[in-house]
Amino acid sequence: MGVTALLCTLFAPLVGAVAIAFISREQERAIKVSSLVNLTLTFGVSLLLPVYFNSSYAGMQFVVDMPWIPSLDAGFRIGIDGTSLLLVLLTTLIGPISLLASWTPITKSVKEFHVLMLLLQFGMTGVFIATDTFLFYIFWELILIPMVFIIGIWGGHDRIYASVKFFLYTLVGSLLMLVAILWLGFAAQAQGLGFTADLMKLRLVGPSIPVDVQFWMFLAFALAFCIKVPLFPFHTWLPDAHVQAPTAGSVILAAVLLKMGTYGLIRFNLELFPQTSAQLAGAISILAVIGIIYGALVAMVQTDVKKLVAYSSVSHLGFVVLGIFSLTVEGVQGAVIQMVNHGISTGALFLCVGVLYERRHTRDVDQYGGITSVMPRFSVLFGLSMLASVGLPGLNGFVGEFLTLLGAFRSPFLNDWTYAIIGSTGVIFAAVYLLWMFQRVMFGRNDNSENKHLRDVSRMEQWQLVPLVVLMIWIGVAPKMFMDFSEQSVRHVVGQVEHYMFSK
Amino acid sequence: MNPALLTLFPLLGFVVIGLFGKWLKHEKVIGVVGSGAIFLSFLVAVVLFCDLLQMPEESRSYVSTVYTWIATGSFSVNVAYRVDQLSVLFALIITGVGFLIHVYSIGYMHGDKGFARFFAYLNLFVFMMLNLVMASNFLLTFLGWEGVGLCSYLLIGFWYDRKFEGSFITWTGDAAKKAFIVNRIGDFGVLIAMFMLFNIFGTLDYGEISQHAQGVFSMGDTAVTIITLALFLGCTGKSAQIPLAVWLPDAMAGPTPVSALIHAATMVTSGIFLIARTNVLFALAPATMAIVAGVGIATALIAGTIGLVQNDIKKVLAYSTVSQLGFMFTALGVGAFTAGVFHVMTHAFFKALLFLASGSVIHGMHEEQDVQKMGGLKKYMPVTFATWIIGTFAIAGIPVFSGFFSKDEILWNAYIGGGPILWGIGAIAAFFTAFYMWRLTSLTFFGKERFDHHSVHPHESPVTMTAPLVILAVLSAIGGFVGIPHVIGHLINVPNYIEHWLEPVFSSAQAILPAHVGEYSALEWTLMGISTVVAVSGILLARTFYAAGPERAHQLAARFSLLYKILWNKWYLDELYQMLLVNPIYIASRDFLWKVVDVVVIDGIVNGSARTIAASASILRRLQTGIAQNYALLMMAGIVVLIVIVLYPFFS
Repeated sequence: MGVTALLCTLFAPLVGAVAIAFISREQERAIKVSSLVNLTLTFGVSLLLPVYFNSSYAGMQFVVDMPWIPSLDAGFRIGIDGTSLLLVLLTTLIGPISLLASWTPITKSVKEFHVLMLLLQFGMTGVFIATDTFLFYIFWELILIPMVFIIGIWGGHDRIYASVKFFLYTLVGSLLMLVAILWLGFAAQAQGLGFTADLMKLRLVGPSIPVDVQFWMFLAFALAFCIKVPLFPFHTWLPDAHVQAPTAGSVILAAVLLKMGTYGLIRFNLELFPQTSAQLAGAISILAVIGIIYGALVAMVQTDVKKLVAYSSVSHLGFVVLGIFSLTVEGVQGAVIQMVNHGISTGALFLCVGVLYERRHTRDVDQYGGITSVMPRFSVLFGLSMLASVGLPGLNGFVGEFLTLLGAFRSPFLNDWTYAIIGSTGVIFAAVYLLWMFQRVMFGRNDNSENKHLRDVSRMEQWQLVPLVVLMIWIGVAPKMFMDFSEQSVRHVVGQVEHYMFSK
Repeated sequence: MNPALLTLFPLLGFVVIGLFGKWLKHEKVIGVVGSGAIFLSFLVAVVLFCDLLQMPEESRSYVSTVYTWIATGSFSVNVAYRVDQLSVLFALIITGVGFLIHVYSIGYMHGDKGFARFFAYLNLFVFMMLNLVMASNFLLTFLGWEGVGLCSYLLIGFWYDRKFEGSFITWTGDAAKKAFIVNRIGDFGVLIAMFMLFNIFGTLDYGEISQHAQGVFSMGDTAVTIITLALFLGCTGKSAQIPLAVWLPDAMAGPTPVSALIHAATMVTSGIFLIARTNVLFALAPATMAIVAGVGIATALIAGTIGLVQNDIKKVLAYSTVSQLGFMFTALGVGAFTAGVFHVMTHAFFKALLFLASGSVIHGMHEEQDVQKMGGLKKYMPVTFATWIIGTFAIAGIPVFSGFFSKDEILWNAYIGGGPILWGIGAIAAFFTAFYMWRLTSLTFFGKERFDHHSVHPHESPVTMTAPLVILAVLSAIGGFVGIPHVIGHLINVPNYIEHWLEPVFSSAQAILPAHVGEYSALEWTLMGISTVVAVSGILLARTFYAAGPERAHQLAARFSLLYKILWNKWYLDELYQMLLVNPIYIASRDFLWKVVDVVVIDGIVNGSARTIAASASILRRLQTGIAQNYALLMMAGIVVLIVIVLYPFFS
């Protein structure tokens, strides 16, 4: 049953994309409705996954393993552990929400847009469930194409520059990853297992690769993932891509695409190269801490609301990377839940920016002020999203931030309080830039004549924001429910690293 | 009774009013729901208190777990409440004074378009505040800690479309943001302290940490000193002490009941609570204790000096709050935990009273807050006036009124625990307190009527506002009797109830701290006499100065214009922060990090490499001539190269 649900979750959007291709392009409403129905059903099906999921088992569940290219031992291999489960659910949730967000703003080439959105959904789900390096790589690259088009066709003024920058940045990283995937296959061959792309076999191969070779493989994977995250200093594609992308693009980018990077760091770097992970934990954590502070400081000085939220992602993802490379259960668990949290709260913030942009067609903070007086319901939803992002206890963001910092603080691999202490100052700066923005937009007197008659959030917009806000509170109040899914898989990964580093 | 009920009612009130406020429509319904929730919570607190009284003294402390909040790896934290003498005392103050302020707000906020929103926030505040004090572990306290900060933020900026004047502040929202951010700086300290504590103890539970602290730390260990200093940083934020005191005066941008509840009676005493709760840790860190006492007394004095010259009635009360909190920290710093907590209680009574009375004045004066434009209000507002006088006597430390006992105990402990200098500074600060309070009294209620009779018609407030005033006035008058000092108590055969009640909470800390043995009663009587003289002379001096209005003070201000300017500008602390911290960080972030590092350096490299590729592509493109012979030639060349590579090993 779980296997069926997983297969449906993966393929339903692909089937949908093909089906929509047959609808004539004039029937825009039919295209929109059927895409939305498709992704909503997909979300519904994906909810079966946690039902059948066994939280006390650390390995892959709902495994499918079918031969594909026998000569390379590449197969259609999928399966999920707790970490993938949470990210798959995040993906399927964000799907329908981002379609709602593009319901009215997207007016040109509606058909192409929806086909691309569904393909994107297919690719993203695939990345989180593939347990075969070749399959993973294909999904990884598959996402690039629709995303580049979504930014490049439906984006803002400088969309071409932004999409090309996004494309090149990501491509450089993923080509190196391809080299590393092949290299890994050959390493398996050298160990007498034959060339393979099976991640489960490679998990056994990876740790026994000589450390000096591991080092380069680690870097090749890490570069691809860190660009995606994005980790400082590979982040400059992000503000451009976010600002130029349509709302739906920004939401997916922030909520899901960035998580592919951090997910990859856990799935490949930590699992395949435990020794090098421990060895480079300090170096990567330094970049993560720089990212936390740097992203926050640069966000603080933005006057473009969307750019501000974009830079806040650099800061928030810094916490995630710091948590991952604390290589402690608390830190990695914090990182996993922080991935989900960031998807929810930053996704919501981009939706809120979209709501404002839709009404005023500007992202300049100075054009707003006193919006609360005309949009009271919006102010509540926006306010909660902002506070979740600030990391207020009781809302979701706090749990992740606290645990990642706690993990970094007590990590035997980092072995230095400085990372966590400097990282914690990011908590102060987060309050500075988000409160500043919120206050400039929502508080004060509504003096601008163009803002006097803005209508409050529509029902459609509420449908996008309310589920996310509910989750912010839910995860903030009862994070254990969610974190229990990934507890065992994370313990396994961390145990692996500890095993290779301490048991000699 | 389940202590979770204590927090449940305010939470329900918040949810009901927050979600259905529009449907409830009538102010009365909302007011009753909001106040009723707090009253029920107060009843729960009373029951819990009585339960504790029934129990034998040594077992008056238990933990009630609601559910597991966060658990991963070795980290586990519950939503669990600790019922003991300290938490129940705080809960009684919070819900009791909180209830009165809710009732008062029904009158004060009458007709405001945000009436429902106001009560929702106020209920949420009480919920968070109760979590703060009832928590059985640091993390839940931290939830309340940041939660009350949020409510403070929301309520300071409650009238979000109003202007508010302050240093670098133009809107109420600016003041709200400032409060939140300054508090966050303090919260950073609490966060670090929690990391360290968890690292050392493997738990964040108060009970376990207090129990094992003496085994883990020896006296004056670096670790415990750092932990307590980090915690104290949090306290300076929440309780507005130097160096983080700057936010509280601007917090007066909020409606007056908020100033009374949050920025006087409850939230700002969180810092005192936290130190009282972790008293064992502080007792093990004498260096921190000295800093706490030093910061406390310095804040008490400096805030007192600023209070001398301000003209906004609420701002004077705000500085007075900062100053009184300084007294409390002084007490904690010299190890007199009970005295500090006692002053929290009496201060909650009389400062809530003074704020609410000032609100009544502001209400009656049509939103006027400048005391220079008041005067002679005694006859227009008899109830407000009478209660205000009681509050003033209490805060000034006139004998028999509540503030006398608590402040006297602090000063006495400052003397025996810290020495004559600490006591002396405290006495001066106490003199300032009496002086500026009577200055306010004179300018507001006595003397000539300096307001415009055509536009302002002063009137007494409705009964929903005056009834809470009267109750608080009674408490301010007699509340001190629960802590009668022993020297007096011996004579009239009355025990010091509050000291006895709190004794088990602080017993292990008291065992660590140096004990003051000996016969001091003559000295104690003397000091008590001196503080009485100080209080009375402060009042008398202010009376002679201001009886006729502010004119004589203006002359004095002109004579000492430099000093006056410094005090008027609050020792330029805001300007200093702006110049040394805010501006440099902002400018460096914008003009260096963003515009240089991001745009020039990183993007320069990215775009540069893109251009290099584009340039090399335009050269390589020439190879694509489209002439088949050329391709064939290249193919041949390639094959030759391949053959050479393949055969090379055989020849070498």
